[in-house]
Order: sequence, then C-alpha cells, then structure tokens
Amino acid sequence: MTHPDEQQLIEYAAGDATRATSSPELAQHVGVCAACRESVEALRRVVAVASALEVPEPDPGYEGRTWRRVADELEPPSAGFTWRDWFSIRRVAALGAMAVLVIAAFLAGRYSPRPETTSTALATTQVRERILLVAVGDHLDRAQSILLEISNAEPLAGGAEKTVDISREQKRAEELLGANRLYRQTAQRTGDATVADVLGELEPLLVELANSPSEVPTSELEALQKRIAARGLLLKVRVLSSNVHEREQARTKAGNKS
Amino acid sequence: MTRMDDSDAAQVALVLGGDRDAFRVLVERHSRRLFRLAYRMIGNEQDAEEIVQDALVRAYRKLDRFESRANFGTWLYRICANCALDRMRKQRPEKDHREPARDEDLAAPGPLDTAPSEAPGPDRLVISAELGAGVRTAMESLSATERAAFVMRHVDGFSIEEIAKTLDLNIGATKNSVFRAVQKLRRHLEPLMSAAK
Ligand SMILES: [Zn+2]
Repeated sequence: MTHPDEQQLIEYAAGDATRATSSPELAQHVGVCAACRESVEALRRVVAVASALEVPEPDPGYEGRTWRRVADELEPPSAGFTWRDWFSIRRVAALGAMAVLVIAAFLAGRYSPRPETTSTALATTQVRERILLVAVGDHLDRAQSILLEISNAEPLAGGAEKTVDISREQKRAEELLGANRLYRQTAQRTGDATVADVLGELEPLLVELANSPSEVPTSELEALQKRIAARGLLLKVRVLSSNVHEREQARTKAGNKS
Repeated sequence: MTRMDDSDAAQVALVLGGDRDAFRVLVERHSRRLFRLAYRMIGNEQDAEEIVQDALVRAYRKLDRFESRANFGTWLYRICANCALDRMRKQRPEKDHREPARDEDLAAPGPLDTAPSEAPGPDRLVISAELGAGVRTAMESLSATERAAFVMRHVDGFSIEEIAKTLDLNIGATKNSVFRAVQKLRRHLEPLMSAAK
C-alpha cells in the first residue's frame, strides 16, 4: 500500500475514519510505516495543542449578570395555558372512589382536546401542553415502577433479622424527589388538587426511600408495602399516569392535524 | 447526571407552565459551560458573554420545541453553537465562503516530508505563551464552520453525526470541515511546535 493521503491520516488520527478510510490496510500501514506513524502522532499533538486554548474563567458574578441581562429580554410566558386546563377533566374524578378514577381516566383519553381553531397561538399552546404532559407522564412512570418494585419485593424467608437490598429503588427515589417537589408545588400554586394530592402522597414515601439505607430489615419493607397498599398509591399513580399519556397522545394527534 | 437531567426537565416544565423565573435556575446551571464554548468559537470574553445571552434568549423563545426526552444541556449547547456561528459570520463574512484553501495551505507535506520531531507528547503538554498566541492565530484562520466543527469534535467530543445535525450539514461536509480545520491548524502550529520543543 502507498502512503495514505493527508485526509485519511487526519481522520485516522481523530478516530473519525469512514469505511473507506478505515481499511485494515490503513491501520496495518500506519503500524509499520514510521513516517505515517509520526505523521499521525504529529496530528494528534496539533489537535491537543489547538484544543487546549485557554479559556478565561468568568468571575463569580457571571451567572447573576447573565440572568439579569437575559431576563430583560424575556417576554412573560403567554397566558394561554395553565396547568389548570390540562387537568381540569380529571378534577371531576378526584372526589370519587378508585373505580370512578379509572373510568374517568378512560373517558378523558377519548375527549377531543379542544374545539379546533386555526389560530397559531392555540397550536403553540397545544405543543406546550404536550411537552408538559410528556414530562409529568415520564415522572409518573418512573414513580410507578419504583412503587411496583417495592410492592413486589420478596421479603426473604426466615427470621426477622433478614434484610432486603433496596439500593436501586433508594437511588431512583432520590433522583425523582426534586422533580416531584417542583411538580407538586406548581400543581398547588395553580389549584390542581388531583395532581397535588397524588404527588403529595408520593413525596413522603420518596423521602423515606431516598433516606433509607440500601438494605432494610424485612419488617421495614413490609411496613412500606402496607403503606403503599393502604393508600392505594400504586393505583392512583397508575391512573394519573395513564390519563396523562392518553391526553399526551390526543395532543400529539391534534398537533399533527393542525 | 440523571438527576441533573431530571431536574432540568422539571424546570423546563415549570417555565412552560408559566413561571418565567424558573428559567433562572437553567441559566445559572448552564451559562458557564456555554461561555466556554462561545469563547472557544469567538476568542474574546465580551463577544462570548453576548453570544451566551443571545443563546439563552433564543432557547427561552423556542422552549416549547424542546423534546423533554432529550438532554437539555446538549440542546442548549447546540443553540449556543449556532449563535456563535451567526456572530462569526456577521463579523467576518468573507471567512466562511467555501473558498479553496490558499496555496500555501494546500502545499501539504506528504508523510515522507514530515521529519520526526521531538515535540513533547500530550502527557507533558505545556503551552508556552508564544504557542498560545499561535493557537489563537491558527484558530482565527478557520472559517466559522470549520472552527465550530473543530471545537465540537475535538474539544467537546461530539460525534460527526451530532455535529452534522447541529450545523445543518451532511456527514461528508461535516467531516470535511473537521478535516480542513485540522489541516489548517497543522500548517500553523507544526512549525511552532517543533521550534518550541
Ligand atoms: Zn506511510
């Protein structure tokens, strides 16, 4: 093989070789040809030097200053949308028993989003709504899977001294806690009782899980399971989640139509 | 990482829910990293700060187009890269035409012409003031696209596909931009590097 050209060597040096330039022959050639090997090394040095360009560290006031300048430019968010809108249907269900919740969730999925208009403002609102639904839907899915795992965890047979490893659930609860608080506070602020309630019930459980050791005695696990079961928490989260996902799909369809 | 992403998504949802000030957390969390990118692209602090501000305002205005499953930091980074590109093109529009490299740029030494040098390996990379100035000059010789492609590929480690998507180029053109960037940098820096050993 003759010496590869510069482009081949540059791509080789950067690990960007395409199928055309990553032939075994090229690698083999670079392996045995001192000149090409030196060329590759020189290229790597050039890249290393060029990418080491020193960047001054902004002063400690940088973030605050940036926010003030940015904030001056921001319009207040459009008032066309509130959390109230998108949970209003389900609020009807908040008062009833679990069965009512399930039926309401089912029905809510069939509601057409809103009377359609051609206004682009409405289209934007629908897109925003869909993004919110996706975010909260994802959050509820994750919460649900933690609850499921805890509920289905098998206490080891044997004496009360046995422990169960819940490190996975503990770590994930910790990850979800911040988002849960934010969503709950927003729901409270905007008067969304259903969402606030469910997230509010979820929160102490997430706190407890996040702060628990990675191994707990089986007795503690059973206590957790009982708390989840007694409050019907898993079902509540599941209903809210499926409702949110169905509405999310309705929004997507509506968005595609307009 | 996951936790950071989760709370970014939650914060985005709050902003979309009508809480403008929730955007502040995102600004404070990401602006320093964006500054580094902008500085590497434009080469001076004042322009870099302005690029970051432009990028954040732009991000706020199109926040409803952010897919919540994507990584918010990456999304912002891409907006910032494009703001930097816009400004570079405005400042020196002639630089970004696809003009062929000048003759001296094209007179590439073949591998055989490259004498083995004793430049230090990357592990003991100490950049003298002189070489630092050389790097600046070399970076300024790149077109806006080449510079963006180089920074994304070799400083921030993005894949060719991600760069192509960000710069709105096809894969071939993206590779070419990275290639031309490295080629030009080599012309500028290699003599300095062997001299400064
Ligand atoms: Zn060779």
